[in-house]
Amino acid sequence: MEEKFDLIIVGAGPAGISSAIVAAMGGLKVIVIERGEFPGSKSVFGGVVYASEIAKLVPEFWNEKRIPIERRITDSRLVYMNDNGALQVGYKTGKFAEDPPNVLSVHRAKFDRWFAKKAQEAGALIICNTCVEEVLRDNTGRVTGVRTGRPDGDVFGKMVIFADGIQSPLTVRAGIRPEVKPENVALSVKENIQIGEEEVNKRFSVKPGEGVTFEMLGSMADDMDGVAIMYTNKDTVSLGVGANLKQWMVNKNTPYELMDRLKEHPFVKPFVEGGTLKEYTAHWLPEGGWDTIPKLYGDGYLLTGDTAMLFNTLHREGTNLAQATGRMAGEMALEAIGKGDTSEKALKAYNTRVMKSFVGKDMKKYKGFGHFLFKNKDLFSILPEFVGETCEEMLRVDGASKREKQARIKKNFGRKIGLMKLLKIGWKGWRIVR
Amino acid sequence: MHIAVLIKQVPDTQEVKIDPEKNTIVRAGVESIINPFDLNATEMALQLRERYGGEVSVLTMGPPQAESALKETLSMGVDRVYLISDKKFAAADTLATSYTLARSIEKLSKETNPVDLIICGKQAVDGDTAQTGPGIASRLDYDQITYVVDVDELELKSKKLVVKRRLAKGVEVVQAQLPALITVEKDINEPRYASLPGLIKAERYEIPSWSADFIEANPDHIGFKGSPTWVKRIFTPPPPEGGPLFDDDKAVEKALDLVFENKHFREAVLGQEAE
Amino acid sequence: MADKKEWLDVLVYIEISDGKPQEVGWELLGQATRLAGKLNQKVKALIIGNGASKFAEEAVSYGAETVYVVDDLAYETYVTRTYCNAFCKVVNDYKPKIVLIGATPLGRDLSGAVATNLQAGLTADCTGLDIDEKTHKLLSTRPTFGGNIMATIFCQKGQPEMSTVRPKVMKKGKPDTSRKGEIVNVDIPVDPKDLTVKVLEFIPDKAGTVEIEHAKIIVAGGKGVNSPEGFEQLKKLADLLGGEVAGSRPMIEAGLLPQERQVGQTGKTVCPRVFIAVGISGAIQHLVGMQNSDVIISINSDPEAAIFQVSTVGIVKRWQEVVPNLIQELERRLN
Repeated sequence: MEEKFDLIIVGAGPAGISSAIVAAMGGLKVIVIERGEFPGSKSVFGGVVYASEIAKLVPEFWNEKRIPIERRITDSRLVYMNDNGALQVGYKTGKFAEDPPNVLSVHRAKFDRWFAKKAQEAGALIICNTCVEEVLRDNTGRVTGVRTGRPDGDVFGKMVIFADGIQSPLTVRAGIRPEVKPENVALSVKENIQIGEEEVNKRFSVKPGEGVTFEMLGSMADDMDGVAIMYTNKDTVSLGVGANLKQWMVNKNTPYELMDRLKEHPFVKPFVEGGTLKEYTAHWLPEGGWDTIPKLYGDGYLLTGDTAMLFNTLHREGTNLAQATGRMAGEMALEAIGKGDTSEKALKAYNTRVMKSFVGKDMKKYKGFGHFLFKNKDLFSILPEFVGETCEEMLRVDGASKREKQARIKKNFGRKIGLMKLLKIGWKGWRIVR
Repeated sequence: MHIAVLIKQVPDTQEVKIDPEKNTIVRAGVESIINPFDLNATEMALQLRERYGGEVSVLTMGPPQAESALKETLSMGVDRVYLISDKKFAAADTLATSYTLARSIEKLSKETNPVDLIICGKQAVDGDTAQTGPGIASRLDYDQITYVVDVDELELKSKKLVVKRRLAKGVEVVQAQLPALITVEKDINEPRYASLPGLIKAERYEIPSWSADFIEANPDHIGFKGSPTWVKRIFTPPPPEGGPLFDDDKAVEKALDLVFENKHFREAVLGQEAE
Repeated sequence: MADKKEWLDVLVYIEISDGKPQEVGWELLGQATRLAGKLNQKVKALIIGNGASKFAEEAVSYGAETVYVVDDLAYETYVTRTYCNAFCKVVNDYKPKIVLIGATPLGRDLSGAVATNLQAGLTADCTGLDIDEKTHKLLSTRPTFGGNIMATIFCQKGQPEMSTVRPKVMKKGKPDTSRKGEIVNVDIPVDPKDLTVKVLEFIPDKAGTVEIEHAKIIVAGGKGVNSPEGFEQLKKLADLLGGEVAGSRPMIEAGLLPQERQVGQTGKTVCPRVFIAVGISGAIQHLVGMQNSDVIISINSDPEAAIFQVSTVGIVKRWQEVVPNLIQELERRLN
């Protein structure tokens, strides 16, 4: 194709659009190429975004008349689940309902479309239903454009930002990053269950417009490292469960079987009972952490978001990192193209900035977390069972004295886990999150 | 040469249901597509432009969201598109629609160049009436040819148009005089895959929206007011109740016993007289 | 010519194609009789063509009390403009309240032009016709959105009230040659200026091209069959019964059957006496193409298959077991 652009962005998800907004606002001629029908049609996530990050690109967006927000999260809970019970810890505050908002649940398709409009308003061109098939380079090896599957579909620019998700066969084929290994990925399935706005308010004890997030860990995925989430949307509940992909491959359960089981769990059931399934999605999540982050830059290109394996496993934070690195990549593009130097040397600054920001810091901090979960199956089997039994023992009124109860718990502990084991897990876990 | 293609954005018919309480059609969540016949009409227009030169304009009467259908034709490579949209057009039946589109074609001929050929899809998959095309031809007093599968000849100077029509037992070769209106069958060609420059052009195009006043439409002839046919009621056809099912060893015998009792079966298979 | 102010009576268009009247005309005369009865009005017919007069008596035998005949060499070949002009002249002169036209290719070509000319309401492809008790308006019921939704439509203004009906949807009555009727010859010469459309030639389809629409018995295979050997079996069954083999869309797309044997929304609509569905699940796009068949025998191993809902009888077993058995049993019973 004859027309040339300054910046080519592959993928119109949160990372790609963030880059586009920054670059277009800065005056660059930007084209975003998306393989889905519309921005966000191929994106899947748990369900929350962080207002502060969005505000960096769309200031005070919460004052707009029709923002695609579901609920403001005012209640965050951690849940440790065994087969028939759950221990939960949470914090609720009215403060997070006030402006500026903090964490928001959104519907991906609606949100991404709104977000993409901002990029269009800034002047970026977004072309959908078009798949990028190849990376084009000049004879020095510098990336100069992409080839799409459309007739007359080669487009050239001064730089390319890859924001095309965790699998990105494109960058793998081009030798820009290695193929993702199953053990570095979590496979997650999610259902969007409709119960109605009133029911959400009632069941979750929230005011209209306010919501709850549950991060759940435990035995819900058999002996796999099961992690689940439950978030409230305006009139639906997002319920997701995932585990390491390598484990899915050997475990005999299918994702929808586990989802069904989760919905029947006594802790979960009352929240979603009687609801209608509105949407069922499945997705990969980068779980490998720090050690799997590929080189984020090269001659004429940058990597952002899930393509860069930037995902905080502990906090299940992917969208936020995608938006932040997308923003930084857009800023880098403005600088580099402005100076006329998009070489690897010039783009290294992007890497430095990412690593200096909370993105790099958090990734490094939780370096071995995914691995830790993967290796310590007890966390998902014996330990939740023990915790459940202990809680039940403490809460059951059966006439036994407190001393007797303590003895029972201690005995159970010795049998099931043992001090050494617990200390070991605790020590490893502590080192990870320190 | 100026070819005008008339398209319609329709709901994906497989998905459409009725709201049992309000007795209205539930359009939420139902994807909108270009009427498949109209895609073939657009492709035919583009192929004619390749053969004979000239320009292709595409028009649609619809709500603002019909713009996405127009963009699809732009990405295929048509020259200009127009949205004919006005609240007053709402609830139009085929008579009111053909009036509105006929006025639009007249306006188009005045604003740009006289339209020589109008190509429509044979029918729209939501209404399935196939009445609008003939209605427009009648109003504009254009020669009308339906069920067209191919254009053999098109000559502006002599105003000659020769086309092939698909009839039940064969193909009819028909000559008409330009300006003319043809309605085309589905699947007569392979609508082209949009090129990247085409997609970009479509993204950037500012689609003009023509109101009832702009096309100088008589308010008594458009929309609800201009429609002699009104819907008295809509309903979901009751689910049919099938006959008995057999699944045992004697299933075939039992089934045959049953149908041999049936007079239609006997008439067809045994040649017996039906009452 | 009656100088009427009021629009009365039911007029049925009798199409002449290939030199003979199309059956749908007789089917509609039956409907017209019922409707006119409810209105206490008359049944009339209109025939246009070269030699149209010869069919007037037959129209009377099927129930027409008056037959308007436009018989002229100029109408030898169907051309929209000339037929439309003639039709509209008759309607404007004789003012029928209701006009029914068969939705054949010609009928569909003609009706839209006529209705627009007359500024009349037209409802296409009706499956049901009735008279509103209070308003005495024609109520036309038709499928929309591919058959998922039915609509009942009436004309709130405009005359006449027009509807088209597909062939074989209504049942034809018995002709009664003793019936008497009035035959009115209407002279409508054709203005040569109107003859801008000319049929240059007609290329008939290759001989032996099958028209499954005319078969009395159809044996159809769906995704459950999906093999040349399977269709050979079906052909055996069809031959035994004197019927034709057909298939659902996936079978045509798989290259197992030619396009003209496709039954369904994007293929052909059939209504044979007997339709045997083998390995067909009964997706809506297929059902709309065959559900009006008189007798439907379905064979499918899935008891939940939608096809059973429209079947006269169903055999819930694998077709591979059933079809040979069926052939055997039929051979026995037919000999």
